Amino acid sequence: MEIGLGHYLAVAGIMFTIGVFGIFVNRKNVIIILMSIELILLSVNINLVAFSSFGEDLVGQVFAMFVLTVAAAEAAVGLAILVVYFRNRGNIAVEDVNMMKG
Amino acid sequence: MNTANPIENIFLLAPEMLLAGGAMALLMLGVFTKGQGANRLISMLSIGLLIAAALAALFLTGDGGLVFDGAFVVDPMAVFAKVVIGTSAALALLLAMPYLESERLAKFEYQILLVLAVTGMAMMVSANDLISMYMGVELQSLALYVLAAFNRDSLRASEAGLKYFVLGALSSGLLLYGASLIYGFTGSTGFADIAIAVSGEYNVGAIVGMVFVICGLAFKISAAPFHMWTPDVYEGAPTPVTAFFATAPKFAAIVLLARVLMEPFGGMVDQWRDVVWILAVLSMGIGAFGALTQQNIKRLMAYSSISNMGYALVAIAAASTIGLWSLLVFMSIYVFSVIGTFSAVLSMRTREGMVEQIDDLAGIAQKNPGLGWSLTALMFSIGGLPFFVGFIGKFFVLYAAVESGLIILSVLAVLFSVVSAAYYLRVVRVMWFDEGEVEFVPASVSHYMITRIAGIASILTLPFVGWLIYNATTAGTALI
Repeated sequence: MEIGLGHYLAVAGIMFTIGVFGIFVNRKNVIIILMSIELILLSVNINLVAFSSFGEDLVGQVFAMFVLTVAAAEAAVGLAILVVYFRNRGNIAVEDVNMMKG
Repeated sequence: MNTANPIENIFLLAPEMLLAGGAMALLMLGVFTKGQGANRLISMLSIGLLIAAALAALFLTGDGGLVFDGAFVVDPMAVFAKVVIGTSAALALLLAMPYLESERLAKFEYQILLVLAVTGMAMMVSANDLISMYMGVELQSLALYVLAAFNRDSLRASEAGLKYFVLGALSSGLLLYGASLIYGFTGSTGFADIAIAVSGEYNVGAIVGMVFVICGLAFKISAAPFHMWTPDVYEGAPTPVTAFFATAPKFAAIVLLARVLMEPFGGMVDQWRDVVWILAVLSMGIGAFGALTQQNIKRLMAYSSISNMGYALVAIAAASTIGLWSLLVFMSIYVFSVIGTFSAVLSMRTREGMVEQIDDLAGIAQKNPGLGWSLTALMFSIGGLPFFVGFIGKFFVLYAAVESGLIILSVLAVLFSVVSAAYYLRVVRVMWFDEGEVEFVPASVSHYMITRIAGIASILTLPFVGWLIYNATTAGTALI
């Protein structure tokens, strides 16, 4: 069987869905939310590289490089905020992030 | 398009380069100096930098044009947005200075992060390519996440930062997934090329991508149903940060949304108008009814901003030149009224510390008439009562919607406006007719001045609205 563009897009779509569900269904740990965010960004990278490769256009791969860089910065900022939160709260269970009800 | 020599267009980038270079210089200054005096100096320099960037956008960019092979555009709309963003950020920083000093939060990172966020916003309003759009949004968001959690010893502030980060990152993910689909199904990331690609046959992939991008940006402007983070972040974040969140980032994101919808997807109005229609009605409804039961003035302002974003979306749904300039007029008036309101909120300080319940305002009109009158005028103005400038903004938004034949949407907008008047009037009622024991200590000079100036301006600037409209019309026609 030939692996085509559709297969890559399907994998990326599944990863994206897992990531989004990971954020909303997960009730345990904020770290898992950070992992889900990474999963979403990586699924986008698969999309971009697949499109770039099959469309024979380099812009997508450049875009993927930008996304990688920003994802690293985003993870750093996220973990820093999480550390600050942990210092104040003492745990990082998702259910306990409820000081303010919105 | 000038691709050979990018330096030739260097003046088009003047505001961004000033902001980015200035932020780095101020960072060095902050690292190598100590004490309150140095902090004040950095604040003043940052305010000067923001004003200089606004002036650079106004005077140095000439007739505008494209930079970086079309990835970055300077047109009247971007210039207008940069001027409003620069000025409102400078005012937000002016509001922050006394607060940060009295709350022992005066660290120089605040000013640097604010300037970097404004750099991101300037990139957003000038983005003409999916990559520059994403980089602008992220530069703005990463700085804002940190600002939300700036009071790092407070549980509420760190919780606000965490919530804002998680939902903001999710929205960036949605935006990015949409961008990747648009790139894949049109073969380009440039807005101009996308417009050509989608003008032909029905392109399902691009439509799906566009809806993802709209959802991602709707998170940033806190339009319902993507508004969940807004009340919590507004309540938890330090008040001057909230004042900043409610103004410049909203303006930048709504201008970016307008550009994305009008430029690359201008040919697909029929496809996106329904999406924007639903977002607008939900935002106005949730904003109006959600605010009725709020006790905290910052949460009230959060719902007020959700409903006002609904009106801004009504202007975008009009998808016309009138819609665009009425959007700019509405948003400019809104941004400056909100700055004034938060200045009044920052004046709510008792001997024990800051208070932010609406009931704490009881009887303030008798005890502190200046504050009472100003806040009353601002509430009327944001609520859109006639003879206040806020009315003009809402009036032209509705005019644009009616001109484009969106009769049902306009009727709903008026109805929700009536509902939302109820909670603005509740604040006024508490101030004028309730008895209260809360005594406020005298506000700092900048809060005192900004509150009164904004209050007076919400009536006295009426004759000058024509000038604002004149400038907005030039800016609004640029996109079509």
